[in-house]
Amino acid sequence: MIALLTRDLRLAFRAGGGFGLGLAFFLILAVLVPLGVGPDRTTLALIAPGILWVGALLACLLSLDRIFALDYEDGSLDLLATAPVPLEGVVSIKALAHWITTGVPLVLVSPVLGLLLSLPVPAYGWLLLSLTLGTPALSVIGTFGAALTVGLKRGGLLLSLLVLPLYIPTLVFGAEVVSRGAQGLAVGTPLALLAGITAGAVALLPFASAHVIRINLR
Amino acid sequence: MSLKVTDLSCARGGLPILEGVSFALEPGQALVLRGPNGCGKTTALRTIAGLQPALAGHIDSLPDTIAYAGHADGLKATLSVTENLNFWAAIYGTRGIDHALDRMNLRQLADRAAQNLSAGQKRRLGLARLMVTGRPVWVLDEPTVSLDAASVALFADVVRGHLAAGGMALMATHIDLGLPEARVLDLGPYKARLPEPSNGFDEAFL
Amino acid sequence: MSSLWEYANPLKFMRTTDWLLPIVAVAAVVITTVGLVWGFFFTPDDFRQGSTVKIVFIHVPSAMMAINAWVMMLVASLIWLIRRHHVSALAARAAAPVGAVMTVIGLITGAVWGQPMWGTWWAWDPRLTAFLILFLFYLGYIAMWAAIDDPDTGADLTAVLCLVGSVFAVLSRYAANFWNQGLHQGASLSVAPGTRMDWAYKAPLYTCMVGFGLIFLALVLAGTRTEIRARRMKALAARERMA
Repeated sequence: MIALLTRDLRLAFRAGGGFGLGLAFFLILAVLVPLGVGPDRTTLALIAPGILWVGALLACLLSLDRIFALDYEDGSLDLLATAPVPLEGVVSIKALAHWITTGVPLVLVSPVLGLLLSLPVPAYGWLLLSLTLGTPALSVIGTFGAALTVGLKRGGLLLSLLVLPLYIPTLVFGAEVVSRGAQGLAVGTPLALLAGITAGAVALLPFASAHVIRINLR
Repeated sequence: MSLKVTDLSCARGGLPILEGVSFALEPGQALVLRGPNGCGKTTALRTIAGLQPALAGHIDSLPDTIAYAGHADGLKATLSVTENLNFWAAIYGTRGIDHALDRMNLRQLADRAAQNLSAGQKRRLGLARLMVTGRPVWVLDEPTVSLDAASVALFADVVRGHLAAGGMALMATHIDLGLPEARVLDLGPYKARLPEPSNGFDEAFL
Repeated sequence: MSSLWEYANPLKFMRTTDWLLPIVAVAAVVITTVGLVWGFFFTPDDFRQGSTVKIVFIHVPSAMMAINAWVMMLVASLIWLIRRHHVSALAARAAAPVGAVMTVIGLITGAVWGQPMWGTWWAWDPRLTAFLILFLFYLGYIAMWAAIDDPDTGADLTAVLCLVGSVFAVLSRYAANFWNQGLHQGASLSVAPGTRMDWAYKAPLYTCMVGFGLIFLALVLAGTRTEIRARRMKALAARERMA
C-alpha cells in the first residue's frame, strides 16, 4: 500500500506527471476573475470565498481523469486487481495520492490567491481550514467519478458532468464557512457539516469505487 | 496446491464464447492454450485470473496463488527497471528482485527508465515481474510477443525453473516455446454453441 | 407460482404490457385532460394570485413526478443490483428522460408562475436550486448510459451512480436549504392543520397528479419496451456476428 502511494507520488512529480497543472489553473482563475469582474476591492472581497472554492473544485477536476486512466492503459490496473491488495485500499490510496498532489498544494497557495482577491483578513484561517477539511472529499468523490469512467472513450467530459453535481454539498458548506468567517459570523455548523461530508465520503465511497472498477475491468 | 478448472464457460461482450473447458494443473506442470485468434484464449485467462466472472463451472485453486500477465506489462514509463520491479515486489510482499533481474538478463538495464527500453526489453521486464510475485501459478497471455529468439529461450528457461521449483504455468501462445514437457490444449472445440434461438424474449436476451 | 418477479422476465413483461400499455395510455390522457380542464376552467380565481395560480395544476404534479421518477430509478437500480433482472435496469434507463423532462416542466412552470408572483423568472431559492441540481443529476445519469456500449456494464455502472447520486442529491437539497432560506411557499398540500388549499382546488389537483402519474407510467412502460427491443436487436446482431 505504501509502495503504491510512493509510486503514484513519484510518477506525479517526475516529468510528464502533470503535477502543478491544477495549481497553475487555480492561479489563472484567480487572475481572470478580477479582470472580468473589475478591480473594485469590496466586490472582490464579497465574491472571493466563492471564487476560491469554485477554483479549487475545478482545479481538482482537471487531474481526475489521470487517476485511473494511465493505470488502465498500461495494464497496471488489471495487475493491481489480481494482486494481494484489496481494491478498496487501492482506490483509497489513489485518492490520497491525488489529494497530496492536488489538494494540498491548492490549500497551501489559497492564501496568496485570497490576497489577490482581497479576501478579508479574518477569513484566511477559515479558508485554510475549510479547504483542508473539504479537499479530501473532492479527491475521494473525484476518484469515484474516475472509476466510473475508466475505459470510456470521451470519458473526460462525462467525468466532469458526473462529478460536478456530486461536489455541490462540499462547495456549499466550504464556501459558506469562508464567507461567514469573512463576516465574522459563527462558522461551527457549516464546518461540522463539511467535515461530516468528508468523513462520510472517505469512509464509504471507496467501496463504491472499487465495485465500479471491478465492473469496468470485466 | 493445484489449479483445477471444471466445465468452465466464459463470455465476451455479454455472449458466451467458450464452454465446457476442463483441465487440471499439478505442481511442476505447464499447459499451453492454443486456438485461432478470437477463440477466447484471453477471455479464458482473464476469467481464471479472476478479472471477470465465469458463466458456469468451477475454478479451484487456493486463494492468492495466481499471478496474471496480460497483453500490457503494467510498466510505468518514467520509473526505472529497478523501481518498477521493486514496486511489484512490495505489492506482493516479496523481497529481492536481484534474482529476477539476473534471470531475465536485465542487470545492465537496471537503472534505465522503462520508456527507454525496446519493446522486447519491456516484455522481459514484464515477465521479470512474474518472478517477483512469488506466486506458484503463472497465467500468461501471449508472453513471447516481441521477444527475439534468444529471449524466448531465456523465457523458456525461466518457466522451466519455475516448474522445477514446484510452480505451474498456464499460457496462451502461438509459437513453439521449446517446452516439450508442456501439454497443449486446443480451445477450438470448446467454442460455445449458440443457445437455441427462442421465439420470444428470454431472460438473458440471448 | 405467481409472483411479482415474473414480470421481470422480458417475455412476460412484453406480453403483459401488450394489453396494459394502451389502457394506461388512454387513462393517462383522459384523466390528465379532465384534471387540467377542470382546474383551468372550473375553479375560482385565487383572491390574491388571480388566475396565475392555476399553473399549479401542471407545476405541482410535474415537480412531484420529477422526484418520484428518481425514486423509482433508485428502486429499480437496487433491484438490478440485488436480483439482476434485466427489465428492472432497462426500466430505470427508460424513466430517466421522463424524469428529466418532468423536472424541466416543473422549472419552467415555476418560472412562469414566479415572474408575476415574485417579480422574477428565477431566484436562487433552495427548492428551485435543488430542482436545478436534480436536473444535473438526471443529465449525468442519462449521459452515463449513453456512453457505454455493453448493456450489462452500463446497467451496473448507472445503478451505482444512481445510488451514490441519490445520497448526494439529498445532501444537496439540505445544503441548498442551509445556503439560502427561500421565497418558495411551503408544501401546498400539507396535511398539517390550517391547510391552505380549498377542496375546490384540491380535487382537480389530485386528478392532475393521478393523470401525471399515469403519463409517467405509460411513458416508462413504452420506453422499457423500446429498450427491451433494442437490447434484443443487439443480441441478435451479436449472434449473427458469432455464427
